[in-house]
Amino acid sequence: MATIIIPTPLRKFTNNTARLNIQAGNVKGVVEELTLNFPDLKKHLLDDQGNIRSFVNVFVGDEDIRNLQQENTLIKEETVISIVPAIAGGLA
Amino acid sequence: MSYEDIHFSKEELSRYDRHIIIPDFGFEAQKKLKASKVLVIGSGGLGSPALLYLAAAGVGTIGIVDFDVVDDSNLQRQVLFGVDEIGKPKVEAAKKRLESLNPYIDIKIYNQQLTSQNALEIIREYDVVADGTDNFPTRYLVNDACVLLGKPNVYASIFQFEGQVSVFNYINREGELGPNYRDLYPTPPPPGLVPSCAEGGVLGVLPGIIGSLQALEVIKVITGVGETLSGRFFIFDALNFEPRTFKIKRNPANPVNGENPTIKQLIDYELFCGVKAVEKPIKEITAKELYDLQVRGEDIQVIDVREPHEYEIANIGGELIPLATVSANADKIDRSKKVIVHCKMGGRSAKAVRELEEKFGFTNLYNLKGGILGWIDEVQPELTKY
Repeated sequence: MATIIIPTPLRKFTNNTARLNIQAGNVKGVVEELTLNFPDLKKHLLDDQGNIRSFVNVFVGDEDIRNLQQENTLIKEETVISIVPAIAGGLA
Repeated sequence: MSYEDIHFSKEELSRYDRHIIIPDFGFEAQKKLKASKVLVIGSGGLGSPALLYLAAAGVGTIGIVDFDVVDDSNLQRQVLFGVDEIGKPKVEAAKKRLESLNPYIDIKIYNQQLTSQNALEIIREYDVVADGTDNFPTRYLVNDACVLLGKPNVYASIFQFEGQVSVFNYINREGELGPNYRDLYPTPPPPGLVPSCAEGGVLGVLPGIIGSLQALEVIKVITGVGETLSGRFFIFDALNFEPRTFKIKRNPANPVNGENPTIKQLIDYELFCGVKAVEKPIKEITAKELYDLQVRGEDIQVIDVREPHEYEIANIGGELIPLATVSANADKIDRSKKVIVHCKMGGRSAKAVRELEEKFGFTNLYNLKGGILGWIDEVQPELTKY
């Protein structure tokens, strides 16, 4: 099963779990499975049309899925998927 | 000044000795540091360690932009400041601290908020920018200003236990331009979906780690030593101690420097980030255009939405319907001809136009730009201004 790494700001929606193992064929399947198990994640990951939000980056290995096949990027057993939302802190 | 012309005093040579003796750094890199000008935007959590290390390292000119004052809740992570500085402007406290750390460098301070109006002017003077701000509008502002001016932008950001670092808009040795923030994150999250550090908190040592990495990348950009994070995106999860580095690329659809750029100057970043509510545009007319309509004898209606006492001071013969009463008087507004709505400066009349359009479906309303004051300036200077 592929491993998905949840970023620290979103762990409150996954019972503080940092790594999850998900069985799916592509990125879309992973996100569907993830939001099915953790419904509160949905609005943070997907827009109203069900697309991955543009301020949430998904990397398969070290590649941005925008440079692969987007949500259709295939997932293998050993694949590590990272979700990395935009954060803006620094000064305050 | 070219770095080759840089000279060091005996005291400086002694101070920078541990840099100069590194074989891959040496005298040349130290000269480049002294010749360089770095602008650090935000002197808080990230700016504190970045500024301390950049000053200590001998960056010749350091600019600091911050409009905040030191608060006691800052001291948990903003290691530039002490108890004595509480209540003082951060840039002044930072300058004092950095000058005591290294008297051989210049510190320039900007005790102001970076805005679309001043960003280009300030950033233009520097070679490298280090962005350590705390909100999305300023992130996009700094990014776009750096792209428009061709300045490398060393980016760092933190939230709770997570840090991010990259180098944007950097031209490598092969002359290739790297990605920028808009390639990584095309649009910001809507307000409310992602809390700020002020709401969500941050572990104090995290900005120390990430701000130091930011200083490291600034030094690499200046000196050309090593490989910068251009084209790579580093993230650090302090909870699991998991650093990860991803590849990032330029996006042909980037609105600032993609294939068909649509942003050629700085925009309203608060509006872009949804901090300001987006208002539907309304039709406008200038005082001169209104005057021309009157001269041509066109059949129009003029509505004045000010208060009666303002009407007494000066008026242009419009029908007085104060803003608070426009809905109740909607039947007095003609639908068959152009209706010009005005107030003193154009704000109240814009509200009146929106209210009438939304509630009653008017399509023939025009807001007088600049209000009666604009009219007095352009058409009837003999009327009383107030």
